[in-house]
Amino acid sequence: MASISQKTIHQYLRHNKKFPHVWCSGCSNGIVLGSIIRAVAELEIPKDDIMMVSGIGCSSRISVYADFNSLHTLHGRPIAFATGIKMYKPRMKVIVVTGDGDATAIGGNHFIHAARRNIDLTVIVINNHIYGMTGGQFSPTTPTNDFASTCPHGNIDPVFDVCQLAIGAGATHVARSTAFHSLEVQNMTKEAIEHPGCSVVEVISACPVIYGRMNKKGNASKMMENMRDNSISLKAVEKLPEEKTKGKIVRGVLKKDTNIPEYTDSYAKLVERLKRGNDE
Amino acid sequence: MPRKLEKSRDGVIILKDDTPEKMEVESNEVDASETYDKTPVYIYYNWCKKCGICVSFCPTGTLAMKSDGTPYVKNPEKCIHCETCDRLCPDFAITGAKRGGDKNEC
Repeated sequence: MASISQKTIHQYLRHNKKFPHVWCSGCSNGIVLGSIIRAVAELEIPKDDIMMVSGIGCSSRISVYADFNSLHTLHGRPIAFATGIKMYKPRMKVIVVTGDGDATAIGGNHFIHAARRNIDLTVIVINNHIYGMTGGQFSPTTPTNDFASTCPHGNIDPVFDVCQLAIGAGATHVARSTAFHSLEVQNMTKEAIEHPGCSVVEVISACPVIYGRMNKKGNASKMMENMRDNSISLKAVEKLPEEKTKGKIVRGVLKKDTNIPEYTDSYAKLVERLKRGNDE
Repeated sequence: MPRKLEKSRDGVIILKDDTPEKMEVESNEVDASETYDKTPVYIYYNWCKKCGICVSFCPTGTLAMKSDGTPYVKNPEKCIHCETCDRLCPDFAITGAKRGGDKNEC
């Protein structure tokens, strides 16, 4: 039973910012923000212990509306800033909210190196398959043969799989879900916040106004229905034959590993070792 | 008349004139007035962007859409308090009311 309703969520919103928010009608970013807030409310972490860092883009406006400590930084660089924050204050829960272009194109290097170091960040990548804020340019996650304003005859680029990229780079908690499965996003975010190490949650979201309109995907509800019908959970994938799962979005926790040492822990140990070395 | 601008972090949320009337939330307890018993869901029309998600995913047909896309509560008795609309609203503009008078509360 969903015990956390909008009334609780409103306590986590910054009402002195302009509401209704800037996102278009039917945009999934609001749903993801709601899920993140529900996760934090359920974990009962004080607002002051959460640091929300974001870059530039539609999804990165999330840090403006949520009433945590927040940092709205350069395009593609939220993970770099977040690494600094985490190194300075290891007790802080650092949540990075970024978009697909922000994380995989412009900030691709920061993304893979945070995963490599296994620093304790929660990276939530909201993947709407397009650069929405700047007018619909194609991004590394735009599906091949789809249309965008910079590829009016169809996109010829192959696609980045954000989760496989994170797994390959060494992130220790990798999960994927869609904005329609908002309870799942909530649980994954909760797990990711608690996980010691770099955790990546990819949320497939709907952009009905730019991506949807260019590719004739229908209105917001239609896109949400598509997410429901074209996604499949990891447990079901193992049971079903391969042809039935082809081309579908696989939801679930794809990797979880708690044996790899966390970066700030290793750093603290190093400092401790050197201090002891000086005493002797 | 401007409303009282109140406390910082954990207390009452800062209320401004553009904040919808019913958005008033307090940290301790929300006053359950009589209207809570009458309507199963609240819609904050000031924040609603008429995307239609709540209407199309309502499993029982409690909500319906006016000709301009505005959602409204058509069949209040059908609501099963699943909170799907609450959860899927991107604009934080709809919420399940308290089940104050509900005898079958679990």
